[in-house]
Amino acid sequence: MAHEHRKFICITCPRGCALDVTLEGEVVVQMEGNSCKRGIDYVTGELNDPRRMVTTTVRVRGGVHPLAPVYTESPIPKPRIFDLLAVIRKVELKAPVKIGDVVIENALGTGINILASRNIPVKSEAS
Amino acid sequence: MADKTYDVIIIGAGVVGSMVARFLSRYKLDILLIEKDSDIGMGASSANTAIVHAGYDPKPGTLKAEMNVLGNQMFDQLAGELNFSFERRGDYVVAIGPEEFTKLEGLRQQGLENGVPGMVIINGADVRRREPNINPEVSGALWATTGGICDPFGVVVAAAENAVVNGVTLMTDTAFQDFIVEGRRIVGIKTNRGDFNSRWVVNSAGLYCDEVMHKAGVRPEFKITPRKGEYYVFDKAEITINNVLFPVPSATSKGILVTTTVHGNTIIGPNALEIDDKEDRSITREGLDEIWQGALNLVPSLSLRYSIAEFAGLRPGGNAPCANLDVKYNKDYIIEIPKEVDGLVNLGGIESPGLTSSPAIAVRVVELLEGAGEKLEEKPDWNPIRRARPRFRDMLPTEQKLLVENDASYGRIICRCENVTEGEIVAEIHAPIPARTYDAIKRRTWLGTGRCQGGFDTPRVVEILARELGVSPLEISKKGKGSEFLVRPTKDKEAE
Amino acid sequence: MLKERYDVIVIGAGPAGLAAAIEAKKTGAQDVLVVERAQELGGILQQCIHNGFGLLIFKKDMPGPAYAQHFIDELAGLHIDTLLDAMALNVTSERHVYATSRTSGFLELDTRALVLAMGCRERTRAQIALPGTRPAGVYTAGTAQRFVNIEGFMPGKRFVILGSGDIGMIMARRLTFEGAKVERVLEIMPFLTGLTRNYVQCLLDYDIPLQLQHTVKRIIGNDRVEAIESVQIDKQRQPIPGTEEIIPCDTLLLSVGLIPENELSRKAGVSLDPVTGGPFVDEKMQTNVPGIFAAGNVVHVYDLVDWVTQAGLLCGRNAAQYAIAERKHHGRRVKMKAGDNVRYVVPHVLDKESLAESAQRLQMRVTLPIEEPVWVEVMNGEERVTRKTELYVRPGEMVNIDIPQSAYDAVQRASELSVRVVRR
Repeated sequence: MAHEHRKFICITCPRGCALDVTLEGEVVVQMEGNSCKRGIDYVTGELNDPRRMVTTTVRVRGGVHPLAPVYTESPIPKPRIFDLLAVIRKVELKAPVKIGDVVIENALGTGINILASRNIPVKSEAS
Repeated sequence: MADKTYDVIIIGAGVVGSMVARFLSRYKLDILLIEKDSDIGMGASSANTAIVHAGYDPKPGTLKAEMNVLGNQMFDQLAGELNFSFERRGDYVVAIGPEEFTKLEGLRQQGLENGVPGMVIINGADVRRREPNINPEVSGALWATTGGICDPFGVVVAAAENAVVNGVTLMTDTAFQDFIVEGRRIVGIKTNRGDFNSRWVVNSAGLYCDEVMHKAGVRPEFKITPRKGEYYVFDKAEITINNVLFPVPSATSKGILVTTTVHGNTIIGPNALEIDDKEDRSITREGLDEIWQGALNLVPSLSLRYSIAEFAGLRPGGNAPCANLDVKYNKDYIIEIPKEVDGLVNLGGIESPGLTSSPAIAVRVVELLEGAGEKLEEKPDWNPIRRARPRFRDMLPTEQKLLVENDASYGRIICRCENVTEGEIVAEIHAPIPARTYDAIKRRTWLGTGRCQGGFDTPRVVEILARELGVSPLEISKKGKGSEFLVRPTKDKEAE
Repeated sequence: MLKERYDVIVIGAGPAGLAAAIEAKKTGAQDVLVVERAQELGGILQQCIHNGFGLLIFKKDMPGPAYAQHFIDELAGLHIDTLLDAMALNVTSERHVYATSRTSGFLELDTRALVLAMGCRERTRAQIALPGTRPAGVYTAGTAQRFVNIEGFMPGKRFVILGSGDIGMIMARRLTFEGAKVERVLEIMPFLTGLTRNYVQCLLDYDIPLQLQHTVKRIIGNDRVEAIESVQIDKQRQPIPGTEEIIPCDTLLLSVGLIPENELSRKAGVSLDPVTGGPFVDEKMQTNVPGIFAAGNVVHVYDLVDWVTQAGLLCGRNAAQYAIAERKHHGRRVKMKAGDNVRYVVPHVLDKESLAESAQRLQMRVTLPIEEPVWVEVMNGEERVTRKTELYVRPGEMVNIDIPQSAYDAVQRASELSVRVVRR
């Protein structure tokens, strides 16, 4: 089987290694440029099931801010990112929001929850 | 449409229009002041060097020279009555090298001819002592003790506000379109917001004064050619110049200055570039390089690293010959009641030193009206005093403490670099001339003019403006319609 | 309720300030106060809703607010005072702090140790002298981030971003997520200035073009940005004629660098390094002014928040130790005060332990002459510590008195001693 050469930039950590990968089909047969073994996992993931963490915001009613930041509990499939954003855009929470609150359970059937990443206390009448 | 007839309509609320309104507000007149922009002082008055010129520079015999010297003399009383920042700290025309020194005496003679008091030529050592940062090659300077610096926006706001408090009606976002004429008499004006009747119209339209007078058939040959001047502003914590330093002037320009401001910042500029577009206040690489080189000649130790702002202003330069035909000069001011029509007071070509001249021009307008048979009767209750609102930044800690105790909103700092408080912003929003845009607040409080240039305060000011005006933050603008800061909520259908 | 004197005051409640306050308290500082100009703790982390924080300290990939929340919660459990929506206006080299807020009013506070943790600010269009008009629609990336993530408003629809710093790239993705179009990221340098992984996951993933060695030649539009003109530059950073391109957009975001924010430091007499823009510090993160420490982006600009936290911890520990030593030292010191008919006393302060080694001489001048025998008395309130006789005293002749070693115990009880000259 013919070998294919491809380049990747690993995003697992801030170092951002530039990877030179030799592939046989979708199997990594050789890799250069990586500083640790996570590079191999990264490329394997990019080839078979690329995923990304998604961070965005949801609307909150009655809170000190009109939005609460949220994130995917674990990386979600890259092709589903904009579907997920569309779903999140429709959500409106009611203050108070607690860090770790599940905003959407099993988003898009991925088995991944969307969590709040901070507290949004109730806006007091006085302020 | 309008049934009401004003006694005087003033077109343009720059420093000249505002000053005319203020001096006319003394009399029993029904006055309307219109401004095409969202706020007063947004045209030629929006950007200048903030200097109250002594008057040695204009050509003797011109109206410019006369107004400059008379206006300068009025500033102490005016600042006292209107409570704007003004410091008569003198200015210096600095000669670098022996050849320039020989030109100082000529300049002094010209000043004497114009009636400028208190001019002294001092030697290089004296200049170095007074301004340690000066180019060590300095050979001497003409020291004009009557020169001064002021808050140029403060002057406009104070004058217009005093006029409004004394009964003048101000309409912003109101643009002159044409005169309404009966026979040879002007009886009113058309604007984008309707027609207004008036017995007199004052043309103080600044950069647009030529277009206004042409609509009345006056001086068809007169043309305003905007002359752009660019500036750098420096961080006051890093660079301190104590004085107003002019170079020896060239035939065409007063040259590039290095000067301090009443806010403590050093500024350099302006260059002088003739352009066509009356709204083109863009800054250019070439222009900035030019003023930088010019300024280095006076103060070689300046560093661009500490520049915190650049801006450009437009001088409304005209081509009117001097009324005294013996004086060969064709950039003079126009202050007249033209013969072609009745009911018009025509002001034109009021470029630098327009800020200095503005109170003298206003007095001249009063005299012209009287000369035209207008019976001006003083209002018994005219109040010449306009009180300044508190400025937290300028206070001692003990005074700040008292201010905050009295009104807690003065305890909340909104602009971190210039220490402008929420109380000051709210006071300007609800002042006799309400500040309704970010730039209007900036001009009045000096907020957002520091090293972070509004990065910190902008979201907070948008929020305060929206709250105080009772509108959505989406409606809050930088300088009027079309310059809104925000386009939609983050979470919005449009995002789909 | 705020105290008038603290062991440690921390200015700024971003990651550096939070860590410093927490560690100062844990090290044994009794009273710790954090002064923060925002309405909540956490600093800029609250608007950095993206992940990538905490890998070093928590071995976990956290969003910015979650990272901040960890320290906010820890701080809340430690009885540390906080002053929110408050601005520190001035700090003296004697660590006298002037601050003001809407809710607490105008305050003057003293502290034994001060931690400067004001962070940094963004470079503006003016600092890079960007030519063109001055319309609405030119924002630093951080200001836009605040509008989008906290205030809940979009500052534009079509964006060009100048600068490939991390905030710029992260905002490119963020704006794309919220339905805006990011036309271009321009970078004047021939290389990326932010992290490579942000290039991949913020730009490449969403097909946002990056142009290296390109800059904004001018901004176009009087009221609102209508377009920018970009231009390629050569190795000498000079524009290459013919490479100009008009890019229609309504917003220009700037991600062109951060500057440590040291205006307060300067007022306190702290010397700044012209290269970093931050204070000169020693290994304890102490500045040239004793008792004034600095941590985080106020010292130099970091690229990872975890390191900022670590700097804050180090700084907080040392600030607390300084305060504790100061407190102890202060307890050992007794002030000398001029009493009846005494104009001044030198020394002004006496270390109580000095009496363990030798008697201590006080020197003074009287205010008025007395031409008859007098007592020169050293008093602790109404308790006499020691006294001696002089046959007369005159302002022109200096008076000496020694505090003997036998007075050691009496002096230990005092916080202030006064010296008086009275008729016998």
